[in-house]
Amino acid sequence: MGAVAEQVPVDLARQREVAAALRAFLPESSVLYDHEDVKPYECDGLTAYRQVPMVVALPETEDQVCRILRTCHRMRVPVVARGAGTGLSGGALPLGNGVLLSLAKFTRIVAIDARARTARVQPGVRNLAISDAVAPLGLYYAPDPSSQLACSIGGNVAENSGGIHCLKYGLTVHNILKLRIVTIEGDIVEIGSEALDSAGYDLLALMTGSEGLLGVTIEVTVRLLPKPEYAQVVMAAFDDIEKAGQAVANVIAAGIIPSGFEMMDQAATRAVEDYARAGYRTDVAAVLLCESDGTQEEVAGEIRRVQDVMEKSGAVQTEVSRDEAQRLRFWAGRKAAFPAAGAISPDYYCMDGTIPRKHIGTVLRRIVQLEDKYGLRCANVFHAGDGNLHPLILYDANRPGELARTEAFGAEILELCLEVGGTITGEHGVGVEKINQMCAQFKPAELETFHAVKHAFDEHGLLNPGKAVPTLHRCAEFGRMHVHAGRNKFPDLPRF
Amino acid sequence: MQEIIENLSRTIREAAARKRALCIRGGGTKDFYGGAIHGDKLSTAGYRGIVDYEPTELVITARAGTPLAEIEAALREKGQMLAFEPPHFGEGATLGGCVAAGLSGPRRPYAGAVRDFVLGVRVIDGKGDHLRFGGQVMKNVAGYDVSRLMTGSLGTLGALTEISLKVLPVPAAETTLRLKRTETEAIAAMNEWAGKPLPITATTFRNGDLGVRLSGARSAVEAATKKLGGAVVDPVEAARFWTSIREQADPFFSGDTPLWRLSVKPTTPPLDLSGDQLIEWSGALRWLKSGADAKSIRDAAVRAGGHATLFRGRDKSSGAFQPLAPELMKLHNNLKRAFDPAGIFNPGRLYPDL
Repeated sequence: MGAVAEQVPVDLARQREVAAALRAFLPESSVLYDHEDVKPYECDGLTAYRQVPMVVALPETEDQVCRILRTCHRMRVPVVARGAGTGLSGGALPLGNGVLLSLAKFTRIVAIDARARTARVQPGVRNLAISDAVAPLGLYYAPDPSSQLACSIGGNVAENSGGIHCLKYGLTVHNILKLRIVTIEGDIVEIGSEALDSAGYDLLALMTGSEGLLGVTIEVTVRLLPKPEYAQVVMAAFDDIEKAGQAVANVIAAGIIPSGFEMMDQAATRAVEDYARAGYRTDVAAVLLCESDGTQEEVAGEIRRVQDVMEKSGAVQTEVSRDEAQRLRFWAGRKAAFPAAGAISPDYYCMDGTIPRKHIGTVLRRIVQLEDKYGLRCANVFHAGDGNLHPLILYDANRPGELARTEAFGAEILELCLEVGGTITGEHGVGVEKINQMCAQFKPAELETFHAVKHAFDEHGLLNPGKAVPTLHRCAEFGRMHVHAGRNKFPDLPRF
Repeated sequence: MQEIIENLSRTIREAAARKRALCIRGGGTKDFYGGAIHGDKLSTAGYRGIVDYEPTELVITARAGTPLAEIEAALREKGQMLAFEPPHFGEGATLGGCVAAGLSGPRRPYAGAVRDFVLGVRVIDGKGDHLRFGGQVMKNVAGYDVSRLMTGSLGTLGALTEISLKVLPVPAAETTLRLKRTETEAIAAMNEWAGKPLPITATTFRNGDLGVRLSGARSAVEAATKKLGGAVVDPVEAARFWTSIREQADPFFSGDTPLWRLSVKPTTPPLDLSGDQLIEWSGALRWLKSGADAKSIRDAAVRAGGHATLFRGRDKSSGAFQPLAPELMKLHNNLKRAFDPAGIFNPGRLYPDL
């Protein structure tokens, strides 16, 4: 799907009808429809795709959320939920005939239970705000997407967000205990509990990463972990991508599970050094950041072993963070990779696929070939620990045809991920961005199963329609074939 | 192997057409768990074998009928393990049964549950279609998390054929400590420790005895041993002890008195229920041997923020699992219909209508 060039014109009569229905129980300031009021909501972090919503609703209470959904259900109005709007796959892209349901006012941390190590938070609470609030208790909330300063926990649940530390500490799904959600019919359902499991199906896992298609989250109970006493980072430079990839495998083979393990290619380190001055080598093919956390003795021992592995794997240089400030600086560089790309290019397109770690060399070499094919540069940051790859394709939207070439480049990277046995999205979600590639990752019967799951929650398809799971019709139009996981494409098979 | 899949698919399609119940079975080691078994046996035992194992990728993929023992041996050989420490409950335990039952062992609160380690599954649904969900990588958010939905579903949504699991290295060092505490003190201590960066991987409390297992880097285990105090248990005896807890071979679990599994908020104070109790999971798991009525036990579990399962007991007329709230049950019914329209997979194993 290409960026929406022309926005859907507003059906004024419908807009009036829906706004009036919501105004029956929401104050004036909570129902927006004038163009200049709704325009700020026209996109999320995927700014190439914009659509002004018909109406924006800004509830403040659970009861209001229930009534909004009940009203929309009755009137068959589609609903798109939005947290902080930082998502990178267009999950919160509005519909021209729908209500944009903003949870931005739900910013309360409802309760913190230090002894049981949990916190009940509203969906609009920022990810980092949770850790900040519980830091005095020696606790923190582990999933740390790079946008954690701004992104909301409700959005994290919708996307099953990860972050740099998820190899050791898990994704959102591993760090939440309970959800209060509202169904499209306006009913509150409690999923999960304060215990470690609950009876019946694992709906907590099903809801997490469901991209706003199954229900609207109005409260999350998160798990808090004890803050590690100490952490240190090894930065290792490699003159060859393959060697760097092998070094990653060697660290894991040594029985080490780093708390953070990242790779940046030369294009990425150059962009970051200019922007953030983190202290990376910029004259080498790849830089690895490997973090160890725990007690001082544990960390000292593990860092020594990591350095040893890096050196034996052919690192041209290794450097260990000498204090907390330097450790944070090493990470600040990596976390600034996206804005750094933004500084060296008018636009950038951040991809998100996961591959088995062992194929990183192959994939990065292919991406270099694709740079030539599409005439575009691509910097790469890679969650070496878990195989999640973020190619950053640099482009200029003002140059005719460049956005289209960028998207084609991105699509080819995603299919490459499938070819080597991976997946099209590791943490950003499918949204609108990768919906076509879902046709390549899943076969029709599997997509039908997803639709059946959706139907079980939302009979009329009102929650975030057009996102995450393509219709079979769309797949047929798009003409993409199912690329069976781990096997090569069969180019001689007929297409739909 | 492909032939076995085709046979399974065909059997399922025929059963669906005739609305005949099927009982999906690996080694039968979890037969005691959940509702009564109905239907013609659909055996997965023949569909076995490790398909792919890459220690440096931290993933193992195996067919559902593979004995759990075979998987654990293959992992041990490479210094790795299933971190959720699944109970076998019998010699023929298979990977499929392990994931379908969704039971985790003593390490669960510290390392994660079965479902936390499931990366992907292949499953035959109620229409006989062989489907793949998830994959072999940890970071995978394409589509709904159907593989985790399948975990613990007791075969009511489909017949698992292949599962990919994340694996972790075996810890370098391990020590078990034994301390004397009252129940109240033990619950408080276990929770206090869980809020500190201590390498705890199992806890048990019964009759004044608090057992704690520490696993991790040698330096961490030694430092924690000093911090916690207590008596160090002989390593052979400790290993035997934790196995007996995991497999419920410990004398606590024996006898005919019904065994209840209460999953509760970990800081829950001692439960005022008649019967013998054994606590695990830093207080989050309370095993109860009691003849008390189901309602009082279930109400106590709800008050404690959780739920109660009649884990072992002859009379399951009041159901094995905690009844669900109506809205939740409705979603369960809808999902069941989505995966198993003819209602042939293990009917009644989870809930009467599922």
